[in-house]
Amino acid sequence: MNKVHRRLLAQGACGLLVAALAVAAAGCGGGSKNATSTKAAGPSLPASIGKGEGKLSLIAWEGYTQPEWVKPFQKQTGCQVTSKYAGSSDEMVTLMRQGGGQYDMVSASGDASLRLIRGGDVQPMNPALIPDFKNFIDALKAPPHNTVDGVHYGISLQWGPNTLLYNTTKVKPAPTSWKALYDPKYKGQITIPDNPIQIADAALYLMKTKPDLGITDPYELTQPQFDAAVKLLKQQRPLLKKHWSLASDEIDLFKNGDATLGASWPYQTNTLVADKVPVKDLIPAEGATGWADTWMLSSKSKHPNCAYLWTKWVSTPKVQAQQAIYFGETPANTKACAIMDQLSAGSCKQYHADAPASYFDSIKFWKTPSADCGNGQTDCMDYNAWQQAWTEIKG
Amino acid sequence: MSARVEEAGRPSWTARRRLSAAFWRRPRLRAAALLTLPVVGFVLIYLGALGVLFIAAFWALDPFTGEIVHTWNLDNFRTLWHEHTYWRIAGRTIGLAAAVTVTDVLIAFPFAYFMARVASPRMRTLLFVLVLLPLWSSYLARIYAWRLILSKDGALNWSLGGLGLPEQHLAYTNWAVWIVFSYIWLPFMILPVYAALERIPDSYIEASRDLGAKNWTTFRRVVLPLALPGVVAGSIFTFSLTLGDYITPILVGNTQFIGNVVYRNVLGLTYNLPFAAAYATVPLAVMAIYLVAARRAGAFEAL
Repeated sequence: MNKVHRRLLAQGACGLLVAALAVAAAGCGGGSKNATSTKAAGPSLPASIGKGEGKLSLIAWEGYTQPEWVKPFQKQTGCQVTSKYAGSSDEMVTLMRQGGGQYDMVSASGDASLRLIRGGDVQPMNPALIPDFKNFIDALKAPPHNTVDGVHYGISLQWGPNTLLYNTTKVKPAPTSWKALYDPKYKGQITIPDNPIQIADAALYLMKTKPDLGITDPYELTQPQFDAAVKLLKQQRPLLKKHWSLASDEIDLFKNGDATLGASWPYQTNTLVADKVPVKDLIPAEGATGWADTWMLSSKSKHPNCAYLWTKWVSTPKVQAQQAIYFGETPANTKACAIMDQLSAGSCKQYHADAPASYFDSIKFWKTPSADCGNGQTDCMDYNAWQQAWTEIKG
Repeated sequence: MSARVEEAGRPSWTARRRLSAAFWRRPRLRAAALLTLPVVGFVLIYLGALGVLFIAAFWALDPFTGEIVHTWNLDNFRTLWHEHTYWRIAGRTIGLAAAVTVTDVLIAFPFAYFMARVASPRMRTLLFVLVLLPLWSSYLARIYAWRLILSKDGALNWSLGGLGLPEQHLAYTNWAVWIVFSYIWLPFMILPVYAALERIPDSYIEASRDLGAKNWTTFRRVVLPLALPGVVAGSIFTFSLTLGDYITPILVGNTQFIGNVVYRNVLGLTYNLPFAAAYATVPLAVMAIYLVAARRAGAFEAL
């Protein structure tokens, strides 16, 4: 290569870089418009459900839009359902934000719902248009994760606890407390989810074991309370075999003998028991965190009538029962219990659909941590801090 | 035959000929016609994306709504600089990439040497198939296979138990990540090293011997320098692929690497794209330095 060639190449490279930066700059110019789109109260609520628009586009957890209940819905209403599965709450938030009004509804868990509400991504819904709403357990009629200042942003769907899972042949005596997950005796055999919301599990444990910290809500933590939870998790870190990212990861860990104790969902227990792995799960003495999902309506939805028809449909006892059994969770509709037992004997009890209100109260449902402590104070740690701390805990 | 006669009669034939003549007379026009599309694609998709990445690294995230705020600031880099965790993760990632590269060189060199200079043509074909066959199956399937091999009740411990040896505890450790990466990227090292070794003319080696060099001296002073560009080219693959991969650590490891932190911030928990962009500049800088060094070593002349 001679000198002239080199100079030409260098000039060419500079030209390319300038062009690239120009493209990038154009990109930033376009994006800055919607940077601050916070919306207070949405449009006025509809008083009745109109005729379906023929289409409905959903973001859902896998297993939430099974043909067993989607097909009859399409036939009955003429709303053709397309659904996209999301793998995490954060993916759901991302899809709703980046989708540009492409999606009508999302089955958001409590740690996504408040973020969607605050970001103006979802609009209020009218529960009066959902006949089965009156049959919902009281706790899910206006829960704080989807109802803000008395405004309902979406209709509750299903819920479930995060449980303590253990191998019955290897962990003796059977654990009764979350303490087992912090016990050096089980070093190298413990697994917990790879999710910053797990800090709340540590906070829940501290709430009962170190009352002088004054934790009242595991999602509303001041700096010292937060630091204590993070410290506990850092101590736990060397005991862990692995942070699991997918439910199937944890199933593998238990199946292959790599883990004998873990924080889990009922779904994993069901799968492992079906595979004849000697495991049991329990809600320990300190109580548990859990999830409660809500169908939420996008603020840019083009098919609101179909969305209301869908919400009405999935709230009916039959669909609630089908979904509860399919996923291994608890329906919001109290009338679903009888149908669950018809579909699969004993399933109502197995999935706690007949449990008293005190069972629900023992669960601290996932919600998005924010600086607002809920008591007028604004010195709590927000989700960014949780996320940063989680990276540090994992190390 | 008849087709050619017909074609000659078509009016477009002369136009085509005139066009090709014009291209021949004006090399710049020819270059423009050939390169415009790929270059535009390259600029828009690759450099454009890199530019956006770099600019986004200076933005921030609104903690309240979780939306990206387009104000210029250095907070992301400040966090990266002051927080030891990110240093540790970057160090771990670069260290692992280096370890995997060295391991692959040590395994690939003798193998490639045998393939290029010792094996019969039939044997060579067989070895090629052996090297390339794993690439036909999914990357994920192979990682999951390793998970089953290394797990506590897995194939390796079962075999060790059969031989009366103590069981290993490699599953979900950095050792496991190192083994799996070294295995997965091995073909990418063998092939360029093989290409470099195969190109060394036999006469060079004969000449070296004629001049009295012993085997080791010939290897050290003739074969190795000529094969080095191939080794460096292979190391670019193994090093950069390890630096950027986040799936293997998720599946067989128990710690985080740069890719995992970036992934967590992109599809993950806060959708903190600016922070992800800031951290993604670390492997970019490392790779830039590595490529400059590789160029010095003459790796690109072997491509």
